[in-house]
Amino acid sequence: MPIKVLVAKPGLDGHDRGAKIVARALRDAGMEVVYTGLHQTPEMIVNAAIQEDVDVVGVSILSGAHMTVFPKIMDLLHEREVDDIVVVAGGVIQENDVPKLRALGVREVFNAEASTQDLIEGIERIVAAHGRDAARRAAQA
Amino acid sequence: MQTSERTVAEQREEWEQLTLLPFAERRPESRATFRTLGGVALERVYTPEHIEDVDYGRDTGFPGAFPYTRGPYPTMYRAQPWTMRQIAGFGTADDTNGRFRYLIAQGQTGISTDFDMPTLMGYDSDDPRSEGEVGREGVAVDSVDDMHDLYRGIDLERISVSMTINPSAWILFAMYLVVADERGFDRAKLSGTIQNDIIKEYVAQKEWVYPPRPAMRIVRDTITYSAQHLPRYNPVNVSGYHTREAGSTTIQEVAFTLAAGIAYVEEVVRAGIDVDDFAPRLSFFFVSQIDFLEEVAKFRAARRVWARVMKERFGARKPESMRLRFHCQTAGVSCTAREPLNNIARTAIEALAAVLGGAQSLHTNGYDEALSIPSEAAMKIALRTQQIIADETGVAGTIDPLGGSYAVEALTRAIERGCFDYFAEIERRGGVIRCIEDNFFQLELADAAYDLHRRKEAGERHVVGVTKYRDDSPNPAVDLHHVDEAAAHRQLERLRATRARRDGGAVHRALDELVRVAQTDENIMPATLDAVKARATGGEIVAALRPVFGSYVETPVF
Amino acid sequence: MIAHRVQRDLARAISAVENGHTDVRGALAQFAALGHAQRNGARADVIGITGPPGAGKSTLVDRLIEGFRANGETVAVIAVDPSSPFTHGAVLGDRVRMQRHAGDRGVFIRSMASRTAGGGLAPATRDAVRLADAAGFDVVIVETVGVGQVELEIVAVADVIVVVTVPALGDSVQTIKAGLTEIADMFVVNMADRPGANATALDLKHMVREGAREIPVLQTVAQDGTGLPALLDALAAKRGAGDSNAVRAVRFEVVRRARDAAVRAALAALDSDDASAVLDGLRDHTISRNDAVDALLAILGGPAHAH
Repeated sequence: MPIKVLVAKPGLDGHDRGAKIVARALRDAGMEVVYTGLHQTPEMIVNAAIQEDVDVVGVSILSGAHMTVFPKIMDLLHEREVDDIVVVAGGVIQENDVPKLRALGVREVFNAEASTQDLIEGIERIVAAHGRDAARRAAQA
Repeated sequence: MQTSERTVAEQREEWEQLTLLPFAERRPESRATFRTLGGVALERVYTPEHIEDVDYGRDTGFPGAFPYTRGPYPTMYRAQPWTMRQIAGFGTADDTNGRFRYLIAQGQTGISTDFDMPTLMGYDSDDPRSEGEVGREGVAVDSVDDMHDLYRGIDLERISVSMTINPSAWILFAMYLVVADERGFDRAKLSGTIQNDIIKEYVAQKEWVYPPRPAMRIVRDTITYSAQHLPRYNPVNVSGYHTREAGSTTIQEVAFTLAAGIAYVEEVVRAGIDVDDFAPRLSFFFVSQIDFLEEVAKFRAARRVWARVMKERFGARKPESMRLRFHCQTAGVSCTAREPLNNIARTAIEALAAVLGGAQSLHTNGYDEALSIPSEAAMKIALRTQQIIADETGVAGTIDPLGGSYAVEALTRAIERGCFDYFAEIERRGGVIRCIEDNFFQLELADAAYDLHRRKEAGERHVVGVTKYRDDSPNPAVDLHHVDEAAAHRQLERLRATRARRDGGAVHRALDELVRVAQTDENIMPATLDAVKARATGGEIVAALRPVFGSYVETPVF
Repeated sequence: MIAHRVQRDLARAISAVENGHTDVRGALAQFAALGHAQRNGARADVIGITGPPGAGKSTLVDRLIEGFRANGETVAVIAVDPSSPFTHGAVLGDRVRMQRHAGDRGVFIRSMASRTAGGGLAPATRDAVRLADAAGFDVVIVETVGVGQVELEIVAVADVIVVVTVPALGDSVQTIKAGLTEIADMFVVNMADRPGANATALDLKHMVREGAREIPVLQTVAQDGTGLPALLDALAAKRGAGDSNAVRAVRFEVVRRARDAAVRAALAALDSDDASAVLDGLRDHTISRNDAVDALLAILGGPAHAH
């Protein structure tokens, strides 16, 4: 079964080049990618993740508001009892914020220089290890 | 130039047989094709054969004369260098005002303002959607009180002020005019620019509020208002920068930008204004990327194409309507987070291309571009880079020095052709707005961006220090701009104070009148000026007009 | 309103069916065991939206959601996008157009990749509709892939089928003629503010006049909501008219299953030794193409093909 990923764009900025290239590359790697569109609030992102029942939420953020956005997303996922959805981050995130995001439960932070291959392999690895269907996937493999 | 009796083709064939082939057998070329960043295949060597269809008088000509290929003015930098215009904006108006004064003290000759995302998108600082973004990527401006503090102590008749603002541009434009009025400046002497290029927002930058058609009406109103009241002001800065940064080809950057210019001209002409009454104040904005020769050719081609469009398509008569003037910024996407000081070298090369391409004003990126908004130290080196080009290299002494280069002339021609091909296609599809609604530009851009990305991953384009010569030791530390977390709080206080001071009834009446005007075809500027004067905020104005104009939701393409 | 937890478990039940971890009966039983099942059997009205790409189907769905919500009805949307036949990956972007409803607990939006299925739906679309029905949604909207070919599968799923098109898509009316009149309950000419809308609508009206059923032709501008009240009225009329579609759906289902069985039989026959001999003859040019077809059909046991 294909990995299903929500590519989410929070914040008011419109820098969607990276998110769209990622969406296309993940598709080409055989994943099913749901794209949220721009300007999403944490509430909208979590709702989409739940309704689409994705394995992974990839949040692309370049507006500098990541320390505002991620705590809200992680809280909402917890509140709605879907902590088992994996969250990864991408975009412009300063190095000293990376440990803070990991402490919140963000599994991986991909910076702008990560190749699409890094990204694909990273997501496959994280889903295999931490995804909620990890056991089932292992049995299938 | 002297030529021998044999044709160039004969001489080239002989050179290929006798010199090139034996040599290449011993030392083969490293790859079969060399392509520009924009994807154009480069010839091994360019000769007069490649520019046989370029006529000097018709296509190249002289600076300050049709078709302006060599430059918009006959003296160019021999009269005065380009305007060195480093953009700045962070925190509150007071914070950014301090940076402006610093840059002016360092010799900067124009100022350029970057607004935060809420201001750009028409949300007030206290809107829930603004949380985390107030004053972060630019300066927060909620009301005309902020605008006063932003340009405090700056002589608006002497220093030109550029504002990077789009869907809410008309409001910031009104705020700027109210500040000028309240400080007693003469409107006829105000010079400056608002970006106000809504078309490229739908194509590339994705900052929008209303759907394309009402948004075009607002742009039209700012252009006509400016033509009637502000003889030295540029009410629109048609921009290719964002399209290119979003991954377009070079030809797309120029073609989509000039197509947008055509759409604005059509919109205003349709309102009954003579083309020569406003076209001289249209200005443009391009990136200067790292592919040096292609970029120089791009600027030359843009001028030639625009001159032809204005003369042949719109029947412009004034030379000022035909000559394209542009601002330039070095390429943000060419900067890397790894080994950030390398960005100084990249930026210097890009800046030189802009100058050899004849830019009217230039922003050079800081070495910290890929990491954060620029620090004062980074901006100083970036400005010094421009000063070194202007005062040390000598390139300002002669106009269009690369004109006549076989390679540059051939690339100029290729880009020109590509533009006219796109214009024909856009026309066939029902024009620019229709192409936006049908996602034509967006699909073209998405394909180009993905193609460029794949070329990079396949190793065709290298990024030094990242994909080649990578050094995995810890990244050299640089001091970054410190985000003042308290700035957002200060801004909320300022907004509260403005709301407490103003006459609420007057704000209401002004907004009601604005809504009434929006429903007619009257110019929206006078009612906006009244609302701004009454201290209505940007967010209030945008929200009041949403029911009239609607909201835009894109259909994303991949 | 549909509780957050019901939405979550509905989403997971759809995945379980989609990924083959259970069948729809199992998923429904599990749903009932969780105490979520609001009802048994078909009660929700299922509306199918089909039509060519770029016709504005998602925007129209967004407007329909708005209309049904204003009427107090809860809405589930199943939006199908194509999977790549090569990588099996997919980019699903339909919900972007419906994001106004993202925070509304009366709305559930699910994207589905078409995976291996043709015909405009995904293999699990029908089951997803049943699950959304069981979760208590009043209306379920199914948006088909819309890649251009005639998407007849929707007949087996939807009670009311809306075929969306736009003005001046050249020979769009011709394309529609190729089969959609058989299944359409109404036509919508969207983007009706563009030139050619009236002409397209007129063409469609002439076309449906030839058929036996009454098929309304409407015009909308989904972007600004123009024409939506009339569309909602037309849908209400069809929805109130009862289950006439049940007959059509069952007929379709029978035809489909018979066709699938025939295809399987044909493929088996083509793999037989007798068939191999005929095909070898074709390769050696000892038999003509027409004769080969006749010989193979004879092996299948069917009547010889008349030319």
